[in-house]
Amino acid sequence: MKEERVAFLFLIPWFAGLFFFLAVPLVYSLYISMTDKRLISAGKAQFVGLQNYTYMFTSDAFFYKSLFITMKWILLSTPLFLVAGLVISLFLNQKYFGMNVFRTILYIPAVVSGVAVAVLWLQLLNPELGVVNYALIKLGVDNPPYWLEDPQWAMPAVMLMGLWGVGGMAIIYLAGLQNIPPHLYEAATIDGAGAWAKFRHITLPMLSPTIFFLVLNAIIDSLLFFGPLFVLTGGTGGGGPENSLLFYMLYLYRVAFVQGFMGYGTALAWILTILGVLMVIVMIRLERRFVFYESEE
Amino acid sequence: MARTEGRTGLGPPLPRFPRLPRILHPVFVYAVLILASLFILLPVGWMLTAALKPATAPVFTFPPEWFPTEYWHWQTFRDALFKEEFIRYTANSVFLVVMTVTGAVLSSSLIAFPFARLRFRGKNVLFTFLIATMLLPAPVLLIPQFLLFYQIGWYGTYYPLWVPAWAGNAFFIFLMRQYMRSIPIELDEAARVDGAGYWTIYWRIVMPLCVPVLTVAAVFQFIGTWNDFFGPLIYLDDPEKFTVALALSRLVQKVGTEWNEVMAANLIVMLPVLLVYFFAQDKLIGGIANVGLKG
Repeated sequence: MKEERVAFLFLIPWFAGLFFFLAVPLVYSLYISMTDKRLISAGKAQFVGLQNYTYMFTSDAFFYKSLFITMKWILLSTPLFLVAGLVISLFLNQKYFGMNVFRTILYIPAVVSGVAVAVLWLQLLNPELGVVNYALIKLGVDNPPYWLEDPQWAMPAVMLMGLWGVGGMAIIYLAGLQNIPPHLYEAATIDGAGAWAKFRHITLPMLSPTIFFLVLNAIIDSLLFFGPLFVLTGGTGGGGPENSLLFYMLYLYRVAFVQGFMGYGTALAWILTILGVLMVIVMIRLERRFVFYESEE
Repeated sequence: MARTEGRTGLGPPLPRFPRLPRILHPVFVYAVLILASLFILLPVGWMLTAALKPATAPVFTFPPEWFPTEYWHWQTFRDALFKEEFIRYTANSVFLVVMTVTGAVLSSSLIAFPFARLRFRGKNVLFTFLIATMLLPAPVLLIPQFLLFYQIGWYGTYYPLWVPAWAGNAFFIFLMRQYMRSIPIELDEAARVDGAGYWTIYWRIVMPLCVPVLTVAAVFQFIGTWNDFFGPLIYLDDPEKFTVALALSRLVQKVGTEWNEVMAANLIVMLPVLLVYFFAQDKLIGGIANVGLKG
């Protein structure tokens, strides 16, 4: 058989998947987002044009709230995790005995189920009985926060849980660190550069592609953040105290699957996607300015 | 960025933390890493302690117990498995893992093969398109896929959770294509001379040489399916069909649940992934590192 024809035979599963799981749902979703489709409804869904979208932008306070909470999370948690992960990876990269044991331990939270992690932290963060507040009282804090029960402290509580899983980032940093050619540091030492200068002018620029990748991932993960939040907010599509944890996906789930407004939910999903694509484009623009790529040898 | 292999431990001398006497440096490094490890391990130890308590003993104590000393009540695990039926949920999750791992590995390697080793028109365009689908956000497809599956009667079944895996995973296809390209093409040519067809080349020559990258994909898929929550949450309505993650989230909600049982169930959910992680660690971390460097 001809090589080309064989190639397309091998690609059949991919084409089939693209058609059934991508093209058809994509077109269908555009249509659904312009109807008042409901999960359970007696009549047929009515075509309503752009009404879902205009309602979202003009009269849906929860839409803005969830958008705001998600953006706040991205702006606060990403820098925190990026720095914490980098610090951990710098320590892991020291050449002492037993470093791989620490690497194994620190990566544990990143592989286990997010739901299981949330179930555990739900206990640790218990305001009256949890170990976090026990530790805080021991450290001299008189009125430790009520964490997931306090609108002010709910998001910091989720960040604390996220910090527990920061080893996942550290491992990717570590790979980037170990890919920096040692001769750069040797040359800098000869030129009399100090530790900070080496970090600032060699490590950071050489790590910039890794950092870019991590930021991009953090943004996408934040937009899709769901499972652990679902558990932390009580597992019913609620949004935590005063909806302070109503992330975008949680709101989308509530609208589409709890309240059953499929048409409106799909419109929300489209806006989320457009937002995600815009943010990726902005990131790629920024990449050209800030990310340093070593020229090919 | 090609020379990553065999470089572990040969990293650059990182900035020695300034102005520390030489002997204090390792002490400082170990102290920080031990503290970070305790931050990870103490909650896990607390969870195990809680799970090993009988229902009559309080789970929350002051001061907290970080390691099991007093109680070794393994019965809690038996209760979680049989009374709370986690044995059934585990079996359900295992079924889905088997279906998705088989599907993803077979289909992705099948799709990667022509991209890596055959010539055909439009290859570059199609490959660029493949990369683009990797960036496509899942949520837009979520509800329409749900509605489609709902309409063809797949709601409440496992089909929506494993059938899509058989259409290839863009990320795995990418990884496998990179790997297959590193295998000498002369092998294929020699096989062609001996009269082998393309299928034989794929199945008998390329696939056996690809075992390392296939393992990476299988491990990623295993962890992904085992930990998946959103899919089971929206597609499964019959509690008998629940997966471990979904069942766990329901167990927490249930009124009057014993916390020691919840913690035991939690450990049961975490354990298989941890085992796979410990055994496949190097491959897994190598795979993740590659994503970070080439992604």
